[in-house]
Amino acid sequence: MHSKSKVIWIDGVSCYGCSHSFYNYPEIKELLEKIELIYHPLLPSNEFKFQRCDILIIEGAIKNNFLRLDFDLIELISKLINLSKKIILIGTCSVYGGIFGEGVLFNKENKGKFFKYKDKIISIPGCPPHPEWIAYAIEMILNKKRLILDKENRPKEIFSYTSHMGCVRNEYFEWKIDAKNFGEKEGCLFYEQGCQGPYTHSSCNKILWNEVNSKPRAGTPCFGCTEKTFPKKNLFKTETFMGIPANIPLGVSKRAYLTLAGVAKSLKNERLERKLIDDSE
Amino acid sequence: MSKEEKKLEIMKTALNLFAKNGFYNTTIADIAREMGMSVGNMYNYFPSKESLAKELLIYTSKLFGEELKKINEMDISSKEKIKKIVELYFKMAKEEPELVDYFMRVYLSNKEIFANGCEGMLCVSAFVTEIMIFFEEGVRRKELKNQDFFAAFGLFMGYLGGLVFLFREGILGKDIEEYTNSVSENIYNALKI
Repeated sequence: MHSKSKVIWIDGVSCYGCSHSFYNYPEIKELLEKIELIYHPLLPSNEFKFQRCDILIIEGAIKNNFLRLDFDLIELISKLINLSKKIILIGTCSVYGGIFGEGVLFNKENKGKFFKYKDKIISIPGCPPHPEWIAYAIEMILNKKRLILDKENRPKEIFSYTSHMGCVRNEYFEWKIDAKNFGEKEGCLFYEQGCQGPYTHSSCNKILWNEVNSKPRAGTPCFGCTEKTFPKKNLFKTETFMGIPANIPLGVSKRAYLTLAGVAKSLKNERLERKLIDDSE
Repeated sequence: MSKEEKKLEIMKTALNLFAKNGFYNTTIADIAREMGMSVGNMYNYFPSKESLAKELLIYTSKLFGEELKKINEMDISSKEKIKKIVELYFKMAKEEPELVDYFMRVYLSNKEIFANGCEGMLCVSAFVTEIMIFFEEGVRRKELKNQDFFAAFGLFMGYLGGLVFLFREGILGKDIEEYTNSVSENIYNALKI
């Protein structure tokens, strides 16, 4: 029997939301049994010391002159990266900077301090990332499976989707029917309520949260929390230029999108104009 | 002549007749006579006068849309684009008055003809889409004020339409193209940030 993979999980500038998300992984016990967790800031583990590991997990953003485990955070990460075979960046802060500033691989839209280690990095953005996504990355490495990554090192299996895909409001999007309020079953949240689903890479509507729901399904807009542009302002309001959405669905030209939207809006789907559930027969 | 070319000929002939005499005062027989075709043969091209009117609307909207697209793709400021659009509109009113007459005297005045198949923006989307792109890019470039689309659209197109209407009625004191500068300036002042 060969030894378990050694894992070090360290925290940069973090709220620990990513760790807490991971705790909700239904098979966390089984997963933790498969690895040797050398260090984790919150879970029971040994005192931190520098050593070689198979997987380094980094949660949180980086910052100059920031002490962590009695070391300068940047130095700490530099040393650990060199001692690790693979690195998983967990959360948008760690990948792009997110809420707290500067990421490990990217600094928002630019290359980050540790970009040169790109070849051994896997990005799992999200605020927080779904526990299944975190577990997926770990399991793939443990099982020596090949992860197909995109240009920003995100596994395509998870991030080639948009959070729009699988949304139960897709029919309302097709017919350009807006949701007038939050929490209603009817209407799409893209036109007025700020939903960023059509241009956000994530599988939130494929791998559901708590195995039951997603923000847009429940009637709250997608905040685009997996993207390098996160967080934006006015998350509950769609940014428009002269009434036209400033951000349009991925992969389509503005001209094509506006043409299609105009056609859909001119025609009416009477079924969708009504409440889904009412007293009429 | 291919069937498509023939269709276009019929549309151009119908356009002139509709613009001159109105939709209801023009019959398929009138169009056929002008074309030197039999009425029966006309129906091989268009199943009804309404469908002919509808295709004409799509055709004129596309024609105008294509010209607007060229302006949208120019690397110039919104202010300069406004002037180009005004120039284009006034030039069309002068050189191809039947296009403008058709739009104003047939489409806008007889919406019932277009109720089936041209709902909302369906038949004019080529042109409206380009106006949307012009506005959207103007706001994105921080040259135009961010406001409701139709508030801006009505101001721009309503103003131009009004001027062209006066021109076609023979009321304008000067040639319509002499109004290009002042009208462009007014539109820009109303839309600028």
